[in-house]
Amino acid sequence: MSITLTDVTKDYSDKVKIGAVTTEIESGGVTALVGPNGAGKSTILTMIGRLLDIDQGTIEVAGHDIVNTPSKSIAKILSVLRQENHFVTRLTVRQLVGFGRFPHSRGRLTIGDEKYISEAIDFLDLTELENRYLDQLSGGQRQRAYVAMVLAQNTDYVLLDEPLNNLDMQHAVQMMQQLRRAADELGRTIVIVLHDINFAAHYSDKILAMKHGQVVKHGTPAEIMQDHVLSEIFNTDVNVIEGPNGPLAVYY
Amino acid sequence: MMFKTAERDFPDSPPPEPRSPGASAAGPAQADRRSGPITDRRHMRRYILIMTALGLLAVGVTFGIMTWDNPGETGTRPWWLIVAMRRDSLITIAVVAVCHAVATVAFQTAVNNRILTPGIMGFGSLYTAIQTTAVFLLGVGSATALVGVGPFLMQMAAMVVLATILYTWLLSGRFSNIHIMLLVGVVIGGVLGSLSNFMQRMLTPSEFDVLQARLFGNISNARADYLPYAIPIVLVVVALLWLRANTLNVIALGRTTAQNLGVAYRRELIIIMALVSVLVATATALVGPMMFLGFLAAILAYQFSDTYSHRMLFPMAVLFGYTILAGSYFMLRHIWDAGGAVTIIVELIGGLVFLIVLMRKGRL
Repeated sequence: MSITLTDVTKDYSDKVKIGAVTTEIESGGVTALVGPNGAGKSTILTMIGRLLDIDQGTIEVAGHDIVNTPSKSIAKILSVLRQENHFVTRLTVRQLVGFGRFPHSRGRLTIGDEKYISEAIDFLDLTELENRYLDQLSGGQRQRAYVAMVLAQNTDYVLLDEPLNNLDMQHAVQMMQQLRRAADELGRTIVIVLHDINFAAHYSDKILAMKHGQVVKHGTPAEIMQDHVLSEIFNTDVNVIEGPNGPLAVYY
Repeated sequence: MMFKTAERDFPDSPPPEPRSPGASAAGPAQADRRSGPITDRRHMRRYILIMTALGLLAVGVTFGIMTWDNPGETGTRPWWLIVAMRRDSLITIAVVAVCHAVATVAFQTAVNNRILTPGIMGFGSLYTAIQTTAVFLLGVGSATALVGVGPFLMQMAAMVVLATILYTWLLSGRFSNIHIMLLVGVVIGGVLGSLSNFMQRMLTPSEFDVLQARLFGNISNARADYLPYAIPIVLVVVALLWLRANTLNVIALGRTTAQNLGVAYRRELIIIMALVSVLVATATALVGPMMFLGFLAAILAYQFSDTYSHRMLFPMAVLFGYTILAGSYFMLRHIWDAGGAVTIIVELIGGLVFLIVLMRKGRL
């Protein structure tokens, strides 16, 4: 059980090409996708989440080919959250999280569904806000509500595209802690695109580093958090120092 | 309508965060925690109240149209004859209202925007182009050739096919930006418009006269013999959309969220656009193009129902559409004696509301 990519490519134009990527993301824990801008992290993530068509190659999630398996069935084993979410409808937090049950309930919520919804809301500390409308929430709270929706979907695999974007220090740390707990306590496999290498090093089990559309390094934080490795990935001189909570990359 | 990143970061007054993770234990009991389109009892009561008020208003207007200024004595045979004649107009109004209201709500859900309507995206020009082409090719003989059930169905089929292709292409994802999509829609409208204009210049005056009468939205355009075909078509299409209501609720969340939740987005979009095209084509073939009726009905329904559920939005939008259309018909015909040209009043009010909504929103 894992996410397997075989010769996956995406051609944006003659010059901009992602892949071919062949790699395996193991089941369980948190895997962080890192790399410079334009490395193809989000492209790979959205292709795994079947939001973007694959030009060549195959992706399998838990043995299911994501192109040939009906989207309905994929939605029960894999959920994906992108950065920007445009809604025309006015929803409360609970209504939004309730939509996470759609793959299972097809819109008819049962008592069992309600239990999952409540659990997801409680898990992300949104209990007191559950009847608020999304447009009455701060950015951090709204981001948590979106994550609660994909958790309520109750899938083994959860893909998140830069969930820390637009979050301040406090909310970014809270978000990572909650995702860490989702992996540890709920047994979810979390794949996450991160910009901050220090966040990736501290909260993830595996780091998958990309550059120029290729996977250049895939290993534990300890293997990645080294001067020469990081300097090469990010094209910047990076020093790794020992911080109070593990290694820290210093690059300024 | 859309959350822009800037707004996401800096709301006017960020509400307080919950005190601690432990606070959830003091939260409400599971039994009280329900999801669903209705938030609480007050919301439910308000919805029922508005629906009842609208229903009464609709019945009132219907009754008014049938009996106002009826020359026959109440209850006598001539009186009933007049009522029967007016009944056909009322049924036409009902069919048109259902078409525009349901089509607009579904269309706006699919394009994820509550300003765009099929009318604004060039449906009227498409209708004009088809009508003009018909008159251009068939000549004045089309005055008779285009009247009747066969041509009515042909016209509709042509509109459905062309509109489905147009909308699906527009929504194929190539135009990620709503402004570009709107621009393309307007340009297509312009191109079709000038194409029609070009053909119209080559028509003889009598042919032009035949065409002109058909291009102007008018309840009196509708012929009672179209209704037996229009009504079943509309009923089937509305039923199909009603069955898709749950999927529509998810599609309203946008492409990526809908795809994540397992909706076969592209397929659903084509289906919805085809169904929408059938509805708008039916209404347009019956009484001619109307740009803002659907917009008015939909925006009022969103405003007053305050829910994401299409099973609650559709009925309210239909009631609003019917009340508005029948109300304008009543005023024009029985108070100002201006005949059935309801588009004048619907477009006037609808256009004004459209501008006001756009101004207040300040964005598309």
